[in-house]
Amino acid sequence: MSAPEAAIVVDDLRVVVAGTGHDIVDEVSFAIAPGEVLGLVGESGSGKTTAALALLGHTRRGARITGGSVRIGDQQVLELSRDQSRRLRGRVISYVPQDPASALNPALRIGTQLTEALEVHGIGGSGDERRARVAEMMREVALPDDPAYLRRYPHELSGGQQQRVGLAMAFACRPRVIVLDEPTTGLDVTTQAHVLGTVRELAAAHRVAALYVSHDLAVVGSLAARVAVMYAGRIVELAPADELFQAAAHPYTRRLVAAVPHLEGRRDLVGIPGRAPSPGQRPGGCSFALRCTMVQEECTLAMPDLRVVSEAHSARCLFAEQVRALVDERRGPAGVVAEPAAADSVLALNGVNAGYMGLTVVHDVNLGVAPRECLALVGESGSGKTTLARAIVGLHRERSGEILLKGRPLARAARSRPRDVRRSIQYVFQNPYGSLNPRRTVGQIVRQPLELFGGRSGREIDRRVDEMLARVSLTAAYASQYPDQLSGGERQRVAIARALVCNPEVLVCDEVTSALDVSVQAAIVELLGELQRDLGLAMLFVTHNLPLVRSIAQRVAVMSSGRIVELGPVDRVLQEPADDYTRRLLADTPSLETATA
Amino acid sequence: MSTLTDAGVTPEPEAAVSRRPAGAMMRTALRLWRTRIGVALVALLVLVAILGPAIAPHGPSEYFGLAPNAPPSGKAYFGTDYIGQDVWSRFLDGGREILVMAVLATALGLVLGTAVGLTAAYARNILDDVLMRAMDVILAFPQIMLALVVVATVGASETLIVLAVGLTTMPRVARIIRGAAQAIVERDFVAAAEALGLPRIRILMREVLPNVLSPLLVEANLRLTYSIGLIASLAFLGLAPNPNGADWGLMIQQNRVALGTDQPWGVLLPMIAIALLTIGTGLVGDGFARAAAGIDRGRGAE
Repeated sequence: MSAPEAAIVVDDLRVVVAGTGHDIVDEVSFAIAPGEVLGLVGESGSGKTTAALALLGHTRRGARITGGSVRIGDQQVLELSRDQSRRLRGRVISYVPQDPASALNPALRIGTQLTEALEVHGIGGSGDERRARVAEMMREVALPDDPAYLRRYPHELSGGQQQRVGLAMAFACRPRVIVLDEPTTGLDVTTQAHVLGTVRELAAAHRVAALYVSHDLAVVGSLAARVAVMYAGRIVELAPADELFQAAAHPYTRRLVAAVPHLEGRRDLVGIPGRAPSPGQRPGGCSFALRCTMVQEECTLAMPDLRVVSEAHSARCLFAEQVRALVDERRGPAGVVAEPAAADSVLALNGVNAGYMGLTVVHDVNLGVAPRECLALVGESGSGKTTLARAIVGLHRERSGEILLKGRPLARAARSRPRDVRRSIQYVFQNPYGSLNPRRTVGQIVRQPLELFGGRSGREIDRRVDEMLARVSLTAAYASQYPDQLSGGERQRVAIARALVCNPEVLVCDEVTSALDVSVQAAIVELLGELQRDLGLAMLFVTHNLPLVRSIAQRVAVMSSGRIVELGPVDRVLQEPADDYTRRLLADTPSLETATA
Repeated sequence: MSTLTDAGVTPEPEAAVSRRPAGAMMRTALRLWRTRIGVALVALLVLVAILGPAIAPHGPSEYFGLAPNAPPSGKAYFGTDYIGQDVWSRFLDGGREILVMAVLATALGLVLGTAVGLTAAYARNILDDVLMRAMDVILAFPQIMLALVVVATVGASETLIVLAVGLTTMPRVARIIRGAAQAIVERDFVAAAEALGLPRIRILMREVLPNVLSPLLVEANLRLTYSIGLIASLAFLGLAPNPNGADWGLMIQQNRVALGTDQPWGVLLPMIAIALLTIGTGLVGDGFARAAAGIDRGRGAE
């Protein structure tokens, strides 16, 4: 793959945990040509960020680069001294981190920070020249270049604008290589689409080789020509994007692709059971063997090599050819989609307004959720969807209008609602890292609602907790564990178990998968869909992810600036959106179909 | 970003991040030498205070035929004090009272301060302001001033000293706990408990309190150090519960003129004891604080 003109060549890179010598990243080799964007995809813990940072000769505390080489032009990055590599960074290779807010100095105006980046690398002789350059950079990333704007502080910009400033800074010194580490995670789809467009244009215009690290296959597919898939610290597959999505030669990639929700055609999402082995616990053979459905005895004997399966396509699987030739089993339609009885809504919202300190952010919302129905509420951040969800469960008190449960109006605060109402409406929070008390065991967390709502003996409670944990595919052994021993997906399962343990009738899920990896998201959505059907729950599924809606909901409400702009059956809304906003949202949503089209 | 700094990079989680941070903090703390030395010092002085009266060769106020300010001898290992009592015996006898009072006063301050701090942080409304401004008023006066005023007007009894020291410790604890709890009450698991309708007291005790135990433990040691110093100071100023009894602070006051003479033990011995005790609790507190900082760093922001 090391074409002579490649801007950066990475060969057999190895990064280990400093104390133990366990490999975090190993045998990573690839090359990127000028102007090319290479996608690096992996779940959390796959070592993708570690590998990306190693390109700059940098490691996080506790890690060490122990082998391999990174060559940019004729410079060996890993052999440079501290001072030399400091000069290299920004000038020759630059880095755009995940969180733009933490990368910009909150105490400095953005103009000052951009000028500083130029000064450090001695670009532009005079102040005027630098100012002109800064203005040019701002125009490149489609931000205003007037002095007033440059005098703003980072907190006066939106997340998307901050990330653009980050991009401007990264491209400021016209580097040859740029490493982007999930720069659009946490941004809205519209903003994300703009940022991705900017990256694509800048990389092509300035012939910059870009490595785009992400956990989101759809995003990578819409941007990168070639994609490398990382699993347990190794590249398991490297192929052109469309080939990867249509004829992946590694079982892991296949599963990953199957876990991505599609905009078109309703189907079940299939998660990947189990979790990736962490450094030091990786098995001797193929590291995916433990989770692979096609595993053979040979797989566990030795780590397979990365083999070429066709031109520009290589995979680390003994049976790559067979896997590649597999025809995608037609993914069946999602469960039985019973059309809900439109008549009696369990949960009804009549003219609901909500706001903060007099500022209304939710305007006149009318919605109904029928028993056994899943209604998706879609909107970008700031659209008021979370405020609405919290008002329903009684966590947001500043609201007017009626919220009815089985025809009975609900009090604003959860505390003023009768016990039975509190039991009937349950809430699953967005972030499973924050919604579980780190000082309590899983068992204590799940049994809390049972103890509170009473009516059961200690033994019954124990039995119910075990039963509920089993229902969310956790063993009873989890009951004695603490949340920080669990992965994100497992934590979210615990949160779901807590919500469902006391047999509620309405379940409100607020962005429950946005903090999770794609494959974990698929598993959680699979589980929620199954539970909703089996338990006959009325579910309000709040999300910003349009394709996901298709996999779980029957009806969808689209929310923009606090108003419901469109409401209808999922198929109709996604295929023939009636509202401009919905159309725009659909157009900006990256998906595998558009990536491979 | 054009340059990379360590600050922008999430640190690797430490290997042994624990589920019970308060317990883990103590274990980590005990691996530090400063904590071990601190614990040894405190243990030694606690032993002296507890066993002292039992092994004292003389009664604290006993006269046994030696002149005042007699130098150390076989009859009195550390000589006699300004009125001829045995320094060694009074030293062994005078620790218990100061330790018991300091521990009780600190405990009182911790309980009240934690209650106020948690309530204020969780209320997030006018109650928060009322409580914390009240604490600020108490804080505006030096701790010893308030204690002095109370004890000097009403009289020096053990209960009163404990109350005075405890109440003046309260606002300091309250501020720390409120600060720590403010971040906790915003977390989703507290909202989850609210959505369930859990009673407020149970939310505070079961959801919030366990999450502020680390700073509380650090603060407890610091406050104990100050309480010991404060109670000794009160005694030095003549406000001991029993002006004729043995008390380290009182001993220093009574014998202070002897410091420059050839029989300084009446003042040196209690001084050394108080110094070692406060250094000990201070070291333990510092060890806890370091361990807590390390653990918090390791836990990372998720």
